[in-house]
Amino acid sequence: MGVDTILTDGIVPAQVRRRPESLLQVDQLSIDIATRDANVRLVDNVSFGIGRGERVALVGESGSGKSVTAQALMRLNSRVKLSGRVQFDGTDLLSLSPRQMTAMRGQRMGMVFQDPMSSLDPLMTIGDQVAETLRIRGVSKREARQRALDVLDELKVERAAERLDSFPHEFSGGMRQRVVLAMALVGEPHLLIADEPTTALDVRVQERVLDLLDEISRRRSLAVLLITHDLGIVAGFADRVMVMYSGRIVEENEATLLFAEPQHPYTRGLLEAVPRADITVDRLRSISGAPPAPAARPSGCTFHPRCDHAMAVCTSVEPGETITPLGARVRCHLYGEG
Amino acid sequence: MLQIDHISKSFPAGRGQHTMVLDDIVLNVDEGQSVGLVGESGSGKSTIIRCALGLTRPDSGRVSYSGIDVHRSSRFDTLRFRRDVQLVFQDPYASLNPRMTVEELVSEGLLVHKLETTAAGRRARVVEMLAMVGLGEEALTRYPRSFSGGQRQRIAIARAVVIRPKLLICDEPVSALDVSVQAQVINLLQDMQKQLGLGILFVAHDLAVVRHLCTTVAVLERGRIVEHGTREQVFDTPQHAYTQALLKAVPIPDPAVGRARRAERQLAP
Repeated sequence: MGVDTILTDGIVPAQVRRRPESLLQVDQLSIDIATRDANVRLVDNVSFGIGRGERVALVGESGSGKSVTAQALMRLNSRVKLSGRVQFDGTDLLSLSPRQMTAMRGQRMGMVFQDPMSSLDPLMTIGDQVAETLRIRGVSKREARQRALDVLDELKVERAAERLDSFPHEFSGGMRQRVVLAMALVGEPHLLIADEPTTALDVRVQERVLDLLDEISRRRSLAVLLITHDLGIVAGFADRVMVMYSGRIVEENEATLLFAEPQHPYTRGLLEAVPRADITVDRLRSISGAPPAPAARPSGCTFHPRCDHAMAVCTSVEPGETITPLGARVRCHLYGEG
Repeated sequence: MLQIDHISKSFPAGRGQHTMVLDDIVLNVDEGQSVGLVGESGSGKSTIIRCALGLTRPDSGRVSYSGIDVHRSSRFDTLRFRRDVQLVFQDPYASLNPRMTVEELVSEGLLVHKLETTAAGRRARVVEMLAMVGLGEEALTRYPRSFSGGQRQRIAIARAVVIRPKLLICDEPVSALDVSVQAQVINLLQDMQKQLGLGILFVAHDLAVVRHLCTTVAVLERGRIVEHGTREQVFDTPQHAYTQALLKAVPIPDPAVGRARRAERQLAP
């Protein structure tokens, strides 16, 4: 039933949809951290790809491993051990020397974080901070300043020319986040990783920042990996969505299909648990329990203690990946082989 | 029950200037009623709570509880007021004393207000309360650190509700929680309100949560209530431009809505 209604809505099934040329390919990425007592696996065998100009969202709750994954792609966290393969534009990122990796950051890949104030140096002018990425690369002072100005204009920072010499504290939260975006975009990267970029902002400011990001990503064919816990902002922004739970990607699909026909019980649960400002419901469906800590992951499917559909097999066997008729890549025994 | 009657408050902003933080606020919460107060950061939400609790004295206007002025009451009234009006805060990591066990935390109000004079009586009330919020008896001897954010917020709710207040003021009680846990706490508050006939003043920036939990809603913009009505009035037929703008900006987990809105914004100048 579900399949038919969706397909007649004019949505093309995944098999025949044209995929953009691959930009980033992550294969079986695992991330471990050594604690005093044990080795803890934060991210377990995660594989995904991002095409040129594609907007992909990685959704998860705290502790799901979404931010660690984002940092791993940029190799920002030296305390963790990475295994697997991360191919970016033909380069194997995990085999690069720290120096080569530094050249990648800012130039080919940019990143923004949640709290703009802690990403900015309070003692450095806006212009210098945005231009810094270019200056490090040997661009002349004058040209770097001009390009910083161009990006700030592109991000619609009003009177950007006058404000190049302002300091971060003179900016509002939304403006600071634009400055942080400018720092990430000035080197003209192909991929922008945005980790909860609008979480600290009020809704109207959030909307403006997301619109800007949408516009720039289209204009520049910039691929964006949006990391967030908020399914609402994902729906308006992403082409494709990956849902992460306890260190694994449990479902991935085109955004339209994922929201219309969520397959994994966790995805379904999440969508039913979010109150909506546009409709009134009597009662929210809640998921019992809480997400597990990485060091205390349940056996088998890590979601089974909270799942309404859990079967005997779920407690002991970790589900493999299945592609459903709707094109969802899902890890759940409900869709297992056979 | 709680009447906020034309209160205004300004704070000094240096050089003899004053910033108007609250401007002529009128807001009532009746018994068993759930009232939502929505506003962005800096709109004055917290100052309203502080005035309602008698912690900050408004420059003009009056806050009264059951007809008694909160800011000019005798000591006896203050104690009763503090029993009748309880608070749930945003961050359950900060609002629970880490050196107290769950039993100590939840029974403290019973002790202070002398509602149960025996240890056995207090324990029975605490156990009953914990069951209501979905926690077992084994929680009694544990400390906050061994609970997740959602569980801590249940403990905070148990602590507030155990003395049977008439009004619960909730300051962003679910915004620090994970999505899958938020719904549990929202449902719990809903149940408490229905079962105990609690009045709730729910202060939040999240319009969706307010729509879900409150039957009356007030929208606060820079210290002024710009819209005040039933849930249906405010959400379905908002009159004020600010409410309309806020509602249009709330993300809706539906890609079709998101795309339609963006197209609309791109057409607008």
